[in-house]
Amino acid sequence: MQINTPFFKQRAHDALADENLQKALGNLKAGFPEKRAIAVDRMPEFEELRNQGRDLKNHILEHLDLYIEQFESKVIENGGQVHWARTAEDANQIILDLCKQVDAKTVTKGKSMVTEEIGLNDFLEANGVQPVETDLGEYILQLREDHPSHIIAPAIHLNLEDVSEAFHEHHKRPKSDDPAVLMQEAREVLRDKFVAADVGITGANFCVAETGSTIIVTNEGNGDLTQTLPKTHIVVTSIEKVVPTLEDMTLFLRLLARSATGQEFTVYNTLSTGPRREGDQDGPENFHVVLVDNGRSEMVGSEFQDMLRCIRCSACMNHCPVYGAVGGHSYGWVYPGPMGSVLTPQMIGIEKGGMLPNASTFCGKCESVCPVKIPLPKLMRHWREDEFQKHLQPKAARYGLAGWAFMAKRPALYKPYARMASWFMKRLAGKKGRIKKLPLAGGWTDWRDMPAPQGTTFMKAWKEQQKNGEQP
Amino acid sequence: MVNHMPNSSSGPRVGLFVTCLADMFRPSVAFATVKLLEQAGCSVEVPERQTCCGQPAFNSGDRKTTADIARQTIDAFDGYEYVVGPSGSCIGMLHYYPEVFDPSDSYYQRALNLKSRSFEITSFLFDVIGANALQEQLKLLQFNHKVTYHDSCSGLRQMGIKQQPRQLLQQVQGVELEEMEEAETCCGFGGTFCVKYPEISNRMVSNKTDYISNTGAHTLLGGDLGCLLNMAGKLKREGKQVEARHVVEILAGMTDIPAIGEADYDLAQQL
Repeated sequence: MQINTPFFKQRAHDALADENLQKALGNLKAGFPEKRAIAVDRMPEFEELRNQGRDLKNHILEHLDLYIEQFESKVIENGGQVHWARTAEDANQIILDLCKQVDAKTVTKGKSMVTEEIGLNDFLEANGVQPVETDLGEYILQLREDHPSHIIAPAIHLNLEDVSEAFHEHHKRPKSDDPAVLMQEAREVLRDKFVAADVGITGANFCVAETGSTIIVTNEGNGDLTQTLPKTHIVVTSIEKVVPTLEDMTLFLRLLARSATGQEFTVYNTLSTGPRREGDQDGPENFHVVLVDNGRSEMVGSEFQDMLRCIRCSACMNHCPVYGAVGGHSYGWVYPGPMGSVLTPQMIGIEKGGMLPNASTFCGKCESVCPVKIPLPKLMRHWREDEFQKHLQPKAARYGLAGWAFMAKRPALYKPYARMASWFMKRLAGKKGRIKKLPLAGGWTDWRDMPAPQGTTFMKAWKEQQKNGEQP
Repeated sequence: MVNHMPNSSSGPRVGLFVTCLADMFRPSVAFATVKLLEQAGCSVEVPERQTCCGQPAFNSGDRKTTADIARQTIDAFDGYEYVVGPSGSCIGMLHYYPEVFDPSDSYYQRALNLKSRSFEITSFLFDVIGANALQEQLKLLQFNHKVTYHDSCSGLRQMGIKQQPRQLLQQVQGVELEEMEEAETCCGFGGTFCVKYPEISNRMVSNKTDYISNTGAHTLLGGDLGCLLNMAGKLKREGKQVEARHVVEILAGMTDIPAIGEADYDLAQQL
């Protein structure tokens, strides 16, 4: 996928002016966070589950090699195959080869952010295999040649009218703005695609080491049709998704559904354990798991290891005031919001991704709702440290910081400087008590007044008071 | 105003962390803090060698400057029983100091020690001195207005400050607290964020001022000057008739001083 992250500022500017988008984002704000809050209120032990989730993920990451190899041998034992992909390119080639092996013309796809990350759809299309997205949101996006703006609600940036138009254009049926009619239309069109598909590709929310199972959680059931009807099922997932046991998996299922949509349990929780066995009623003949690394193993043991705990629930972006203002596309690549601001620089490089970890007030809301307690602001700060060391920040910011630091480290210089600044701004404000335009601070005064200082510093006034023995 | 002889109390010896914004923009907030501490029986001193907590460097990724400033602050506040300041964000930064030192560094233990004895003012009064410590003084105060309270991010989520200012405010006669929608959502200040991403910051603060004015409050209160300058500046630009004050101004009975961004007030002339 094309990387537009360096243009974050321009994209955010456009997003703020886009009335349709702003309307759609308003719906998000009223949706997921409120539902999550209700679900969490109903579960007094939720906080304890978060601690367990954090600790278990930490344990897994300390023993990632052990569990991922256990998972591999169990998949093979069950009759499936495991393919290791170090890079996105490796993963795409492996998947294409598997499709070619069965002479695939079309593949149906369940919702998968890892396949977005590796840019699978474009690659398959360019090589003569037609992918068909079957998650309703992803399907709408594919018709519009668009990309997800959210990791679990991919078409959240669209309104009903957008969907209605896309369906009318592509389905050649009478235009409708009734959600039930549109839904029925999508079901009918997709039904044929499910039956025709040669290969089904899904992601995995978790990979269970003790059984060699993968699991997808969905609310539409499209994933089940994707993976059971075609002869070949390819699971495309990433190495950090492994959990030791089925019981461990259930801990994360409880955390995931509540954190994501506020559901107590997702509607469909579907486990895949190898290909169809003798006597099975249905299921694929071939079962493949493609384990994508794409920079993740570099994070193990680094200051960014905590990020690998992420279970892709989207709570961080649902609660993020920056995401809520500018939407997911502003972030310019696959993963938006706070989790994307940590992950994106890892995957596309800090040189291109540096805008994102800076686009945060460090308000900490994301960390406070994260089901596995990832310290997202701290990790964004680590990226800023990386930028600082590599001198990647804009010159004005670097020199500004250096000048300020020079003063702040010298109290004897700092005090008269602060007094002067206070005096100067006070004069600039005149009698009004506020400044409409402050030189070198347009970022502030273009949008809001600068309240005037009180004319001198506390340090000075305190000293005077100590001399006189009274407070002013 | 009332006379205060320094060091006249037998209570704990407190070092005031002024914070650079109170120092430069609103000394009256620091004076109000001193007054409250003295009313609570503390003897207050203002160490000379303090400047800023170092947060601009910390959040810009400059670890060396952060550590330099942390050492300076740790040295300046050596020996005080408590360190108290009128900001959850700046005191929160003091609490991050252990993170900037290697555990083998001699400043690491001193940073942990500073963390254990540094408090934001409302949390200090309520959690350390006690819920009713200022009962006598507060009940003599009158502020006959509807107020709304913005929970600043660091204070709320890092320092656990939520009920403390509200409980203290309720002891003042006439205060009617009307909670705004999304009181816990960031106002968009974020230190350098507000000038690095001014348009996003503007959207966030515009949402905030809507929620504030929806309450019909006369005064917006908060515990952090960064957020208050941001919100007050936006309220003024939008022409909204809501005053903004640091909560300590109410608690110390210093409402005769004009609110943030209001009419002319020259402290220098009062000296």
